[in-house]
Amino acid sequence: METFVFFYFASIIVVTAALVIGLKNPIYSALALLVMFFHVAGLFVTLHAEFLAIIQILVYAGAILVLYLFVVMLLNLKREEHFHSQWIVGLFLGCVLFAEAVLLVVKGETTLGDNLATPTASIELTQGNTESIGELLYTTYLFPFEVASLILLVAMVGAVILTKKGIMEVKG
Amino acid sequence: METGIRLALTLSQIGAVMVAVLLTVAALTLLERKVLSWMQDRMGPMEVGPYGILQPVADGLKLFFKEDIIPAGANKFMFSMAPILALVPALIGFAVIPFGPDWTVDVLGVNFKPFVITDINIGVLYILAFASIGAYGIILGGWSSNSKYSLLGGLRSAAQLISYELNVGLSIVGVLLLSSSLSLVTITNAQAGGFWNWYFFAWGSFPQAIACIVFIISAVAETNRTPFDLPEAESELVAGFFTEYSGMRFAFFFLAEYGNMILVSCMATVLFFGGWHAPLDILQGPEALHGITGIFWFSLKVASMLFLFFWIRATLPRLRYDQLMRFGWKVLLPIALGNIVLTAIVEYVVHG
Repeated sequence: METFVFFYFASIIVVTAALVIGLKNPIYSALALLVMFFHVAGLFVTLHAEFLAIIQILVYAGAILVLYLFVVMLLNLKREEHFHSQWIVGLFLGCVLFAEAVLLVVKGETTLGDNLATPTASIELTQGNTESIGELLYTTYLFPFEVASLILLVAMVGAVILTKKGIMEVKG
Repeated sequence: METGIRLALTLSQIGAVMVAVLLTVAALTLLERKVLSWMQDRMGPMEVGPYGILQPVADGLKLFFKEDIIPAGANKFMFSMAPILALVPALIGFAVIPFGPDWTVDVLGVNFKPFVITDINIGVLYILAFASIGAYGIILGGWSSNSKYSLLGGLRSAAQLISYELNVGLSIVGVLLLSSSLSLVTITNAQAGGFWNWYFFAWGSFPQAIACIVFIISAVAETNRTPFDLPEAESELVAGFFTEYSGMRFAFFFLAEYGNMILVSCMATVLFFGGWHAPLDILQGPEALHGITGIFWFSLKVASMLFLFFWIRATLPRLRYDQLMRFGWKVLLPIALGNIVLTAIVEYVVHG
């Protein structure tokens, strides 16, 4: 049952991800991306990471993708042909990468194959996964977490300065 | 067998909640017009039935039999999808709202909670996530109509939803700090014992009254109601994103708006006003009757919140678009952030 659910989510993710770059109407691309986000959230739920699943929907589907749609509609792109002229190169590269992946799995000389063959035993959580994530972020991974927040702050200040004209000029 | 019983129980529960919500929507359409007209010294709808109480039935029939028009040049697929995308998130949020006491009943060997469809430990985030999905219906409805009024309405709505969604989320954080849980059932249970324990007053810790006001203002903005109804400002944009919609598709948008109103009222009730708990323990009645009194108090609080919505609509004029954005980002956001800092400090000092 679990395998079936996993392959359902995985196949939909692959198909919609392909549609995101394959569809010519940018609005349809954004909607394919929306469907993909939901299925990624579904994968998180099957892994018992409900918090991550909801954050996935809240942040990516709820905020970021809405902004994408916003921009796409404001620009009113009818059809974007520009990026579809490179499909031969893309196909070639994709075939090479796929062949490499198949080779690696068949020869079995990768740790990835081992992990797939023997699923690790699920860890019993003594508390909800929200609490677990919070505790990890504020103890073990405190430094990377703070660095990430600093980077975001810099990006935010940068965005404000870029859009606000005349903020850097000296008033005289 | 067990799965079958569980499925039947859950489905009947979902059915009951949906019927209750849709009936409330029907009642609200009439009540809104009545309340508005009383405030404006008018009678309101009086023609259908005594005192116009059958008006919702007439409205429903009218919407059902109206011609369903798809404008020329509209994107047919998106035009049909948009109302569904708007309605589903509005209704799906009710799955985690606790309407009554946290009872667990044993039905033929299956544990069953009669007053909440599902108590997931991330209930608050679940509602927020699906509320933000509701924006797609509005944006896509505006875009696919192939009309400049619809498009402008949709774009305005997108900007407004993103801005105010943030304030809704941040105003809730104070409550989450006090209850240290994301489950709406746990949050309700933590507010038992009397009105001073409700998070609006939060006796012994930092009261969430400011957060509650920020939440209500942002909720009014998120449900696109006056004075924040810019996406459908009729004097500027005809009817905003649903200008081109008619018949049942229009009814879907209408249901979504009222469904969202009820949902945010339920959220405010659960988060700030103690959910199904009575203001005083005496008013709750004996333990065995908590199911009935719980639903009574819950409905009363939700109804008061809904009345507040109508009251605001009758009182305040519409904001200008730049005022709306400035208010959201420069007034509400700092207040919500300050509330989080203060709550955290007080909670640390008091309960360490």
